[in-house]
Amino acid sequence: MLSSLASVLFDGFAYGMLLFLLSVGLSVTLGMMNFVNLAHCSFAMVGGYVTVHLASRLGWPFLATLPVAFLAAALVSIVLERLLYRRLYRASDLDQCLFTIGIVFISIATYAWFYSTEQQSVRVPGWLTGTHRIGGLTFANYRVFLVVVGLAITALLILFLERTRFGAQVRAAVDNQRMARGLGIDVDRAFMLTFALGGGLAGLGGALSIQIVGLDPTFALSYLVYVLIVVAVGGLGSIGGSFAAAVVLGISDMAGKYYFPWLGAFLIYLVMVALLMWRPAGLFGKR
Amino acid sequence: MANASAHFVAQARWRPLEFVFWACTLLPFFVTPSYLSLASQIAITALFALSLDLILGYAGIVSLGHAAFFGVGAYTAGLIAKHYWTEPLSALALAGLAAGVAGYATSHIIVRFRHLALIMLTMGFGLLLAEAANSASDLTGGADGLQGFHVPGVLGFKFDMFGRTAYGYSLVALFLCFLVARRIIHSPFGLALRGIRENATRMPAIGAPSRAHLRKAYTIAAVVAGVAGGVLTQTTSTVSLEVLSFSRSADVLVILILGGAGRLYGGIVGAIIYMVARDQFSGANPQYWYFWIGVMLVAVVMFLPNGILGGLSALHKKSQ
Repeated sequence: MLSSLASVLFDGFAYGMLLFLLSVGLSVTLGMMNFVNLAHCSFAMVGGYVTVHLASRLGWPFLATLPVAFLAAALVSIVLERLLYRRLYRASDLDQCLFTIGIVFISIATYAWFYSTEQQSVRVPGWLTGTHRIGGLTFANYRVFLVVVGLAITALLILFLERTRFGAQVRAAVDNQRMARGLGIDVDRAFMLTFALGGGLAGLGGALSIQIVGLDPTFALSYLVYVLIVVAVGGLGSIGGSFAAAVVLGISDMAGKYYFPWLGAFLIYLVMVALLMWRPAGLFGKR
Repeated sequence: MANASAHFVAQARWRPLEFVFWACTLLPFFVTPSYLSLASQIAITALFALSLDLILGYAGIVSLGHAAFFGVGAYTAGLIAKHYWTEPLSALALAGLAAGVAGYATSHIIVRFRHLALIMLTMGFGLLLAEAANSASDLTGGADGLQGFHVPGVLGFKFDMFGRTAYGYSLVALFLCFLVARRIIHSPFGLALRGIRENATRMPAIGAPSRAHLRKAYTIAAVVAGVAGGVLTQTTSTVSLEVLSFSRSADVLVILILGGAGRLYGGIVGAIIYMVARDQFSGANPQYWYFWIGVMLVAVVMFLPNGILGGLSALHKKSQ
């Protein structure tokens, strides 16, 4: 009983790391520009398919595909931001939602065209498969890897935002966009770079998630709900909030699936609705 | 004051084009009798879109979970037909009532929120209900759907395999609900709703209780959506989980935006174009249908902010 609890906690934490990578970019860009980008998971899908393509079709080693997945997703998000999204910053919530859902649909059909609708998988190196036993508890190596990568990226992000000049500009823009502009901060440029970084992290998350949840073209829609929950519960523009929300969501999803399989996703939606009703701006949201 | 009421009367007057439009809805009986079941689907979808228009187009409540009420209506009608009686009109009234009760209950929460929280909450309620229906498979049949009932006919007309009665039934339901919606929109209450849509904080200052009005509108829209769901159940004699799905909520939003939100005929025109296009495109390759919806959405937001009807009326104004 106790060991099953520990493994649920650990697996849920690893899953939460994935959700954090997938959603942190959306949280920060939403906080900055109030732009509701429902196509965020499409960027994650870009990363996922780049990894599948490189690893399975061209025979690259799995770890070497990860930086490419990051860069490809970042590049796609910059191009989309420059060409399309920037025209809609002043549009209504509804228009932004519809427009980005349109992008999601297009991306789903495009990937279905090139890679069919089958579940894709990817081969990871031997040392990432199998399990470790420590003190009577079993840890899957890949999940340990996920936790390490997730924590490292969280630490880097926090350092970057708290310690660098650019990070200070981003924080200023999230707190008060107009004031930041008034102080001479180039918010558009900061936003573009943040958007690319967020898209890239989502791409990395997409690539890392293949081993856990698989990848098919509906990924962009099916994980959107999870990402939105993390963002809405964590509060806009808050990295710590996103981290906490992602971990709570990951663990409660795992626990729900393990202990109450008949409830399905009911529990998660219930938690989300309750949290939103209690704090519409999110657990750690300022607005 | 005389001017204001004259304005209302002028607004509410039936235009010649409207008579032409409703006369055209009878054409499928004679021109395309082999497509009557599609026509029936279109009428039901149009009715559903009309109900979303009441809250989104007129009251400004963005909902990504409107299928919840459609599903409540559909399951109510299905359960009544399966366990109690097969007379459709009373069952339809109860379907609308059940959806209305659900709508009234949630409206108290919905009207307190705006922006992202509102979108997420409506979506959350929709997902919750879909999951609940999936879990309660004893009642709803779960993923297999509710089957094993048959609604023989309505008022002496039998539901036949060609869909003649089905289309007639759906069309009458659409037309009657349209009349109600039209009356509401052109009433002072409808005008107050539009005022709330434009500025919810100023309306109370001129004596219009924003939240009470929004609750009323949300409940009415839920009733109409429930009726649409009930008609679908009765004309197809089956209920699947799909009636509650997120994609149904998203589809109806797309349909309404495509046609033009905040216009009485927006949902109907959108439903005709969307359903016919889907029938044509998805026949060839179903999975790429999403590509075209996506392109339509992007194009509508970029180039036709008020939908097809909005674009047409802008053209019309320009030509004058």
